[in-house]
Amino acid sequence: MRYLFYPGCSAESSALEYKTSTLAVLEALGAEVEELEDWTCCGASVASTMSDLLGVVLPARNLALAEQVGDGQDLLVICSACYTNFRRTAVAIASQSGLLDTINQALEVEELAYHGTITARHLMDILANDFSLEAIAARVQRPLTGLTVAPYYGCQTVRPYSPFDDDQRPTSMLGILEALGATVHRHNREASCCGTSLLTTKPEVGLQMAGAILEASNPADCIVTVCPMCHFNLDSYQDNISQLLGRSVRIPVLFLPQLMGLAFGLPESVLMFKRHVVPVRPVLARLSES
Amino acid sequence: MATSEVINLTAVKRDPDFVDRLTPAGRLLNRCIQCGTCSASCPSAPAMDLTPRKMWRLAQLGFQDQVLHSKAMWLCSLCYICHVRCPRGIPLTETIVKLKQLALQEGIGEWRESTAFYRAFADVMRRYGRTREIEFMVRYFLATNPLTALGYAKLGLTLLARGKVHPELPRLGGEGRLDRLFERVAELEGQQ
Repeated sequence: MRYLFYPGCSAESSALEYKTSTLAVLEALGAEVEELEDWTCCGASVASTMSDLLGVVLPARNLALAEQVGDGQDLLVICSACYTNFRRTAVAIASQSGLLDTINQALEVEELAYHGTITARHLMDILANDFSLEAIAARVQRPLTGLTVAPYYGCQTVRPYSPFDDDQRPTSMLGILEALGATVHRHNREASCCGTSLLTTKPEVGLQMAGAILEASNPADCIVTVCPMCHFNLDSYQDNISQLLGRSVRIPVLFLPQLMGLAFGLPESVLMFKRHVVPVRPVLARLSES
Repeated sequence: MATSEVINLTAVKRDPDFVDRLTPAGRLLNRCIQCGTCSASCPSAPAMDLTPRKMWRLAQLGFQDQVLHSKAMWLCSLCYICHVRCPRGIPLTETIVKLKQLALQEGIGEWRESTAFYRAFADVMRRYGRTREIEFMVRYFLATNPLTALGYAKLGLTLLARGKVHPELPRLGGEGRLDRLFERVAELEGQQ
């Protein structure tokens, strides 16, 4: 398996551990991953709020780059917001005649042109569908026996442009978690919204949304997610959420490739648990008990 | 506007073609049957001054000012649940993005804690080509209420201590990484 890799802005700073663990886990599974050079921001939720055209040109710039350097490999995307922007742009180009021409008139200033041939795929899709569960289980050196995990996909991972899972009741993480030896705690907030930027702009609303996910994950030992924004909101704001709810909420939040890396026996230098706000120690302690 | 407030339909300005500006839904909004699935599904609806169902009805009727001055759109977190559940197949979530765009373009002054967020993010993205989390948050707090930053001070220090965020000196002069692309986009949109 070969992929071009678009890390996205968060993976260079607040979610660096997501990037390093993703690369290490894919390498352990025998995949070749090449980071796209000179990539720029996908526009987040902001570009399309400023202008319709900017909202498709910024994702298209990266798709054009990937098309230019790649030889048809899929573009691996680990952030659900970037993923949605790339897929939304592809859908818009396919459904609006003349849009691709206009995008390319804009991309001329970057000496790029997009032809609509590359497919952006989410890490969740790639992990669930490009590797067999046997291949994943075969890499496990330290089974996660005794560990109860609450899966959390987030919203844009599975909707609305995501072809690989149910858009409200996703299941693509289940097989992987079981292959690692973990026990899965199913709950009703697996594809709810983490609150995204509302935790900054409207904290009284955003904290409630993140808090509902943390509470639904009880009594799991940890939450596992596949989006840097979700991770940041769920991991960083637990003190504020506890204050708002009037009761203590405390649960470690791991990225899926970190949990896989833990089971694969990968070192702290790529898993980087020390960067988390809520310590991952209880998870490690639970594993050494069993 | 409080949810209980009665709107005097004869006294408010209406633009019957308002839905045409509300892409991508546009006239599809006229398909809305007011079932309320969007309001029932929206995780932010309880905090909105206009629930999504009411907001779409006002949009259908052309009550542009009531819609564009409402807080509702700024509480949308783009979770797309209304989009996938709408039984009439209306792309509601991305039409809310359009409402935000129109409100920003028209310089609507309310909800500055949200509008400043988009402007600060766009400035940083244009300048560096990528997001710089700390500079973006500093610009955001300076543009809103710098004192609210104090509420985040403890979290900020924790994030610095864990190495989750790393401060970089801002580069204020010179050409921004995406200046030319932003300018070209504005030029092309002007031609349309």
